[in-house]
Amino acid sequence: METRVKGKLLAFRGDEAVAEAMRQINPDVVAAYPITPQTETVQAFSQFVANGEVDTEFIAVESEHAAMSACIGAAAAGGRAQTATSGPGLALMWEMLWVASGMRLPIVMPVVNRTLSAPINILCDHSDSMGARDAGWLQLYAESMQEAYDNTIQAVRIAEHPRVMLPIMSCLDGFILGHSFEPIEILPDEAVREFVGTYKPGYSLLDVDHPVTYGPIDFHGHFFEHKRQQVDGMESAPEVVLQVGREFGELTGRYYGLTEGYELEDADFVIVALGSVTGTIKTVVDDLRQQGQRVGLLRIRCFRPFPAQEIAQALGNKKAVAVLDRSLSFGAQAHQVYLEVVTALYTHGYAPKVVNYVYGIGGRDTLPHEVEQVYRELAEVDKTGVIQPVVRYLTVRE
Amino acid sequence: MSEKRQRLVEIRWHGRGGQGSVIASELLAEAAMDEGEYFQAFPDYGPERMGAPVRAYTRISTSPIRQHHQIIDPDAVAVLDMTLLGVVDVTEGLKDDGALIVNTSKSPAEIRQILKLDKARVYTVDASRIAMDTLGRNIPNTPMIGAIIKATGVVSREGVVRTIQERLGARLSKGMVEANVRAVERALAETQQG
Amino acid sequence: MKAKGWKELTTQGALIAEPGNSDTYETGSWRSRRPKFIPEKCSHCFICWVFCPEGSIRVEDEKMVGIDLRYCKGCGICATECPRDAIEMGEEFVAEKGA
Ligand code: SF4
Ligand code: SF4
Repeated sequence: METRVKGKLLAFRGDEAVAEAMRQINPDVVAAYPITPQTETVQAFSQFVANGEVDTEFIAVESEHAAMSACIGAAAAGGRAQTATSGPGLALMWEMLWVASGMRLPIVMPVVNRTLSAPINILCDHSDSMGARDAGWLQLYAESMQEAYDNTIQAVRIAEHPRVMLPIMSCLDGFILGHSFEPIEILPDEAVREFVGTYKPGYSLLDVDHPVTYGPIDFHGHFFEHKRQQVDGMESAPEVVLQVGREFGELTGRYYGLTEGYELEDADFVIVALGSVTGTIKTVVDDLRQQGQRVGLLRIRCFRPFPAQEIAQALGNKKAVAVLDRSLSFGAQAHQVYLEVVTALYTHGYAPKVVNYVYGIGGRDTLPHEVEQVYRELAEVDKTGVIQPVVRYLTVRE
Repeated sequence: MSEKRQRLVEIRWHGRGGQGSVIASELLAEAAMDEGEYFQAFPDYGPERMGAPVRAYTRISTSPIRQHHQIIDPDAVAVLDMTLLGVVDVTEGLKDDGALIVNTSKSPAEIRQILKLDKARVYTVDASRIAMDTLGRNIPNTPMIGAIIKATGVVSREGVVRTIQERLGARLSKGMVEANVRAVERALAETQQG
Repeated sequence: MKAKGWKELTTQGALIAEPGNSDTYETGSWRSRRPKFIPEKCSHCFICWVFCPEGSIRVEDEKMVGIDLRYCKGCGICATECPRDAIEMGEEFVAEKGA
């Protein structure tokens, strides 16, 4: 394809590759507070600012609550605003996450996934972003560092689309991807700048000729209507995610959708997962396929909005499905991704056997033979017809 | 061709916090880029503690590396500090035909005896001595890369030299970069097998 | 006025794009006590103007000239703050509501 640009294969640590994407995007404002394991992203980006490599106004804030508040102000002023965070940092932003989405501000935020204490732990699971899944932000989950870089760039276009106008989290597994050192194809600066274009906000607080009020009081009169309208923004997003993923593919050769099937079509037994574990699962699928087993993977890239129909149709006629969750929803019947998948299946008229696996909590590693165990248990579920226990804890010691 | 397509070499590094195991795992990995191969290097995740036993990992492959989990049955293990032999199980999971490379003034036979090891290939190199001679400081990580090339041939000498010049060149003086290259060359020449 | 449905909203995120539309929101309807201005006592110090939460103190030619009852909510802050007792709070008359 003649429009395709050739990137340069460079060795990068994951978190620094995210900073590289931010440098190329050249946002108007970045307000951020360093927190493990996102620190390297903010550190590298602030170095770009110090070196004059970006035009960005960098605000070294006193907390993540302030970081999100500053991004909200900057975005309301019509700027392209970004930040990045992890685990407890995201938790401290909680209140402002809802303000950002409620005000329809297209803020882009890489989330370097980290669990939430206690006990104290800085390692990866998805407790942070899954906890924020109802906050009105779009969420993309990367399998690889290349994708985390690519997603950060695409996120700008998705969030700023006039029909979406919602903030977006570009999630990547902390340490596992963020501290991994790998070859990543970095696009030329001009290609990224051209792809993200210039942000043309509909309104700006700084446009004194057309003064507007952001964030007014809104009680029984219209609050519900405004929230319903916000739902509509979310519902418009899948089409935009697909369109931007297609355009990015035409530019780079790397196409992205809402989900990704791997050896899925003729598979009897399927694992559904998101995040870096899907890379490991693919290698296991390859091995088991060589032994003649009909196994496959459905990777969820876009968790918010949840691509229910696509997922229901892909899984509806499978013999047995395992949904992997890297976070706990205490007191729920099962965990976050599972509940979404099962609801999608039920509402689309399908009822395959589906079990839930919690894995990787607090950074627990997931090895190929443990993924194989999941496929073995799926075969067992199919043979016996028994799905109990519905929730299973992979690699936890009894 | 098919053999080349399937080649995946996994290396585990044992060192102490501050000895440069992570940098070494990355330098070795990046050297694979010269051959157009894929690589991945990553530390044992967690807070960094000076002197504490740490691990780092390097994967080098002829095909893209999609997996992201720790290395459990390494093809090679590099030990940057001999005192770790009594503290951590450095040969855990090491393949029967794998390579153990230890920074020590002892001989491979002596290391085998200490570890009661009768499998694998054992290599020794006095990387600390080489580092003192060439760099003036006990930073054994670059000479250990030389020893790994000797033991495994996983990357080329040219790739390592190029990577050292580029990566370290950004931070160190020209003299120090050359000293690091000399450290690699000396390790290549002095590494013993037994 | 019929309240709008969500599809009829012309901006996103509850953004108000018509500046100054608080003009149409007459807080005078909240008033149950009415301030009375006594011009003879007034020194035009504008302390009432500073304190009035509704901007209801009317000023003409740099003189305090009275209270805009369309917006005055009858809180009595002006009467309390006036150093000259030039504002007194009194009965609100039902017949004059909205005057
Ligand atoms: S505070 Fe009293 S004296 Fe001062 S301007 Fe107001 S009414 Fe007049
Ligand atoms: S009572 Fe006085 S201070 Fe209160 S709203 Fe009316 S004019 Fe303003």
